Amino acid sequence: MVIVFQSKPSFLAGGVVAGPLEKRSVFSQYFDTIYDDERWKMETNEQGHRKMIQEACEILMKKSGVNNLEIDFFLGGDLVNQMTPTNFAARELAISFIGLFSACATSVSSVIVASLLTELGASNLSIAGASSQHNAIERQFRYPVNYGAQKPQTAQWTVTAAGFALIGKHREECPCIEAATIGKVIDYGMDDPFHMGAAMAPAAFQTIQSHLEQRNQQFYNYDLILTGDLGQLGLKLLKGMLVENGVKKEELTLLRDAGAEFYGQDEAFQSGASGAGCSAAVFFSYIIQQLRAGSYKRVLLVATGALLSPLSYQQGETIPCTAHAIEITMK
Amino acid sequence: MEKEQYQQLEQSVTPKPPYFKNAAKAFFVGGIICTIGQAVSLFYIIFFDFTEATAGNPTVSTMVFFAMILTGFGLYKRIGQFGGAGSAVPVTGFGNAVISAAIEHKSEGLVLGVGGNLFKLAGSVVLFGVVSAFFVALIKYILVTLGVVSW
Repeated sequence: MVIVFQSKPSFLAGGVVAGPLEKRSVFSQYFDTIYDDERWKMETNEQGHRKMIQEACEILMKKSGVNNLEIDFFLGGDLVNQMTPTNFAARELAISFIGLFSACATSVSSVIVASLLTELGASNLSIAGASSQHNAIERQFRYPVNYGAQKPQTAQWTVTAAGFALIGKHREECPCIEAATIGKVIDYGMDDPFHMGAAMAPAAFQTIQSHLEQRNQQFYNYDLILTGDLGQLGLKLLKGMLVENGVKKEELTLLRDAGAEFYGQDEAFQSGASGAGCSAAVFFSYIIQQLRAGSYKRVLLVATGALLSPLSYQQGETIPCTAHAIEITMK
Repeated sequence: MEKEQYQQLEQSVTPKPPYFKNAAKAFFVGGIICTIGQAVSLFYIIFFDFTEATAGNPTVSTMVFFAMILTGFGLYKRIGQFGGAGSAVPVTGFGNAVISAAIEHKSEGLVLGVGGNLFKLAGSVVLFGVVSAFFVALIKYILVTLGVVSW
């Protein structure tokens, strides 16, 4: 279902912090801080995860010259059980908070909720975003970090990064959110947790198709359509589906994936990056900066999320996925 | 696109695991680990009062100790990514499964964390190892009783 924002809420600023391995990211130059300690000098990975979220929000507030008392809402989520890192960060930030879980699509679903609150007039300033910390997430979904299991070529690497954006009322000089599509939950029967791109591609396809249709737009009306973390294989599959549906091959150059590009062509990361922090870090640094610089005028950001748990796939369930999209424009 | 059609597309795009390359890598990594194990075993036989039959236990402990050091320094997972089954099947792989779980769950304390999760991955190895040993022994017992083989 597409939502058109009459008041066009704006991206006022972005705050992105990342871990040590993310220095190797092609997007690292756009991040605000890269920390050398993946635990942020805390005792556990989960505490480090919380600290990372806090730092991203603090950088964001500092950049915009506001303090926590001026922020109306904090909307975000992560992938740890019960989302304790984000919940605990909200305790420290002391801002009215709703935790959101759309797996790796939380980066966009949180912006949609923030934009709705802004449109409603309930929010002047909101922080929205998502994060992931490699070690904390790996132990949640897979094996202990130091367990020597061989990852297949289809696997993706969970990034350590937190990306948050400050959403406020419309401002001419800032990129603004024109429209959004809240995705359905799509399940094409994929059941391999080491091949998430294949599970998520159909969700991205559905969301992109329905957004374009309902907005009455064509592929080439956008400067860029960027998905969150499909990885190299997931992106290939999405392109395959789009071609099947009549999108021209030359138009596909407009379609990119943050996860596929995140670590460059480094084979150590298999099919690319994933995690809630992947799309959040790229969307709220690189993309906002490119829009502000005028390199892009109209961008469609599509964050995809795999809605599985370790329990669900051990019980033999397939992997349902979702994708949420926001259309951002710059004058 | 229908589900079946998508599954076909997925099959055509997904690279097949390089079985031959993986098997070759596993053969060499596993072989190297076992050669080291053989050297350790000979070390105990030559320099200490062990025989071929009794050198097994100290050799296994030593190999698990090596796995512990490598796991602690984050190196075993790299060997595992390269060697696959070659580093998982020898006893060092068992050591790695136990030790990685111990490191991982240290944050939840000694009893509920390390104690409760130490055999999270290796538990099924212990269970099915004991069960299969029982059945193998049973088969051998029957064969001995029937006079087919001797102990």
